[in-house]
Amino acid sequence: MASLRCFLRSGRNAVSVILRREFHKTSPAALQVTVRDALNQAMDEELERDERVFLLGEEVAQYDGAYKVSRGLWKKYGDKRIIDTPITEMGFAGIAVGAAMAGLRPICEFMTFNFSMQAIDQVINSAAKTYYMSAGVAAQHSQCFAAWYGHCPGLKVISPWSAEDAKGLLKSAIRDDNPVVVLENELMYGVPFEMSEEAQSKDFTIPIGKAKVERQGSHITLVSHSRMVGHCLDAAAVLAKEGIECEVINLRTIRPMDIDTIEASVMKTNHLITVEGGWPQFGVGAEICARIMEGQAFNYLDAPAIRVTGVDIPMPYAKILEDHSTPQIKDIIFSVKKTLNV
Amino acid sequence: MQNMLTILTSVFRGSLSKNGSKVVVSARTYADFTPQASFDIKKCELHRLEQGPPGEAVLTREDGLRYYRAMQTMRRMELKADQLYKQKIIRGFCHLYDGQEACAVGIEAGVNPTDHLITAYRAHGYTYTRGISVKEILAELTGRKGGVAKGKGGSMHMYAKHFYGGNGIVGAQVPLGAGVALACQYQGNNQICVTLYGDGAANQGQIFESFNMAALWKLPCIFICENNKYGMGTSVERASASTDYYKRGDFIPGLRVDGMDVLCVREATKFAADYCRSGKGPILMELQTYRYHGHSMSDPGVSYRTREEIQEVRSKSDPISMLKDRMISTNMASVEEIKEMDVEIRKEVEEAAQFATSDPEPPLEDLCNHIFYNEPPMEVRGTNPWTKLKSIS
Repeated sequence: MASLRCFLRSGRNAVSVILRREFHKTSPAALQVTVRDALNQAMDEELERDERVFLLGEEVAQYDGAYKVSRGLWKKYGDKRIIDTPITEMGFAGIAVGAAMAGLRPICEFMTFNFSMQAIDQVINSAAKTYYMSAGVAAQHSQCFAAWYGHCPGLKVISPWSAEDAKGLLKSAIRDDNPVVVLENELMYGVPFEMSEEAQSKDFTIPIGKAKVERQGSHITLVSHSRMVGHCLDAAAVLAKEGIECEVINLRTIRPMDIDTIEASVMKTNHLITVEGGWPQFGVGAEICARIMEGQAFNYLDAPAIRVTGVDIPMPYAKILEDHSTPQIKDIIFSVKKTLNV
Repeated sequence: MQNMLTILTSVFRGSLSKNGSKVVVSARTYADFTPQASFDIKKCELHRLEQGPPGEAVLTREDGLRYYRAMQTMRRMELKADQLYKQKIIRGFCHLYDGQEACAVGIEAGVNPTDHLITAYRAHGYTYTRGISVKEILAELTGRKGGVAKGKGGSMHMYAKHFYGGNGIVGAQVPLGAGVALACQYQGNNQICVTLYGDGAANQGQIFESFNMAALWKLPCIFICENNKYGMGTSVERASASTDYYKRGDFIPGLRVDGMDVLCVREATKFAADYCRSGKGPILMELQTYRYHGHSMSDPGVSYRTREEIQEVRSKSDPISMLKDRMISTNMASVEEIKEMDVEIRKEVEEAAQFATSDPEPPLEDLCNHIFYNEPPMEVRGTNPWTKLKSIS
């Protein structure tokens, strides 16, 4: 089925702060790769590997991509495999789904997530539900689309944070026989990450449906996805100086969610905070808390599970307001200390 | 006798010239029936085309009987569905196709089985012409495990090889069809996609988006508007600023076709298919047709049109009667032969209905299956956290 890449836009184009990260020491063969380049590599490798794969979307070909994610691909693969579309999301999303039904593996790119709303019907009703309804014979503003798409059976939803995440998850999404929504965070494109030698290989994929423990800790579990994972790690670094050790989990996949990894962690640390960029109501954190409550980890909680989320308002325009509408590192630190009662 | 007729038919077909010139072959002394005849068909109105399909069509006895059998089977199948619905054995949505048979049969006669087809929700007829048995169609309508989608799709979601349903969202199937055509072009397999929609859907924005991309990229797509004059309860005059649906493709050439005449539809489809396959890009056909039933089973169909109008179409333009009259008047078939066929068809439909009523429903274990393709088995949350259901793909 179609692999749908959607660019998550959380406001104006300007990248406010590039977060500096402390990198772990690794082998000399590791190199630094930005998220943008990792996505580019993933598509390049998959286009080369499988001739059924092609990319369509606005400005993906001759413009090299609105955010330069598809840079160089048109030059290499030509008009047949890299297709510039008119500004008609519903139309070309439907065309992507139709091409997938007929045996190709399209990557359908929406320039921003808001534009994908025009095509939501094709994604939900045509892509997600068809396999179920055909019983396997052949088979719908700026907001957090993790909750939107994560709500829907028949879709897989992934949310990469690092360059390795981006590359490995996108490759898995392209190879998957089912529709996959890839939530990319535009603010992450220019951020460089270490890429291990293993991740540089053309066969490197990250399994969909498995979370990763980015940092081990014993006092509290922080579960997050996408850009907020970086915030959690920064908060953890600050808290470590005060003797508080946070375990940071990178969800990587929103649906199907890896609740087992979260449960195991909570059973170890006894405290849970979810951190996301989206709004609180019916969000990713809400789902995690509900599941933890319903499962075996509940009995291990020493304090109520807490969600750290975006502010429950439409995304504001002014830069200073925008900066304050999503969780900051200090919000995470504050919530950890409240939960641990320190 | 049967063998003799077959030999005669193949001999004459071999000597037939391609563009349907008037060849009326007189009956041989030991043959009972005329092997083939030529008929004048209504000329198509053209948009951005210098030439259209021919004004005559040759019909062989063999093809004629085949088209008759297909149309009559579809007719009886839909009437049986009506009956089963009224008995509450079929529930939910049910949109019947009776009156429009010539469209589905004519289109299928004009394309190859390896070509692709997609339509909207009035899809039972196309499911049949694309190769699914009456038994599997009726059993899908009654929601049984012997149905073509194992009982999980229902009326609007039946599929077959190179047939993509069956789509419930008005107009959404048109970009899908353009996408299938893109895949045909991409794979260079010389196949085309027939993409159908109704007069009601014809005003949808996504259809114009599809027209634009199909023309831009020269996709091998035949867009077909089945104009049955009413979008649910709204007549075409009340819905469209322009009811010349064959012209609505603007830069895409179009034909307006008599959708009640199976030969007219066939010739137009052949013309359109040749056009697409030659790499010229998409083409649009408007089939003027009529549905006897209301929009769906919950619509009596007489609040927005008169019974007289329905009756007039039935008596003057019924596609099955038209074909039957042609066959009999040229001695290509006998009244008795047709009657026999009718009896056979009734029996087939009756048996299919028996199966559809007696076959068991899909087992509860199937509830969560087929969410994904090619995936290992997984668990699905039930209505409460303690209920975990199994799902296999």
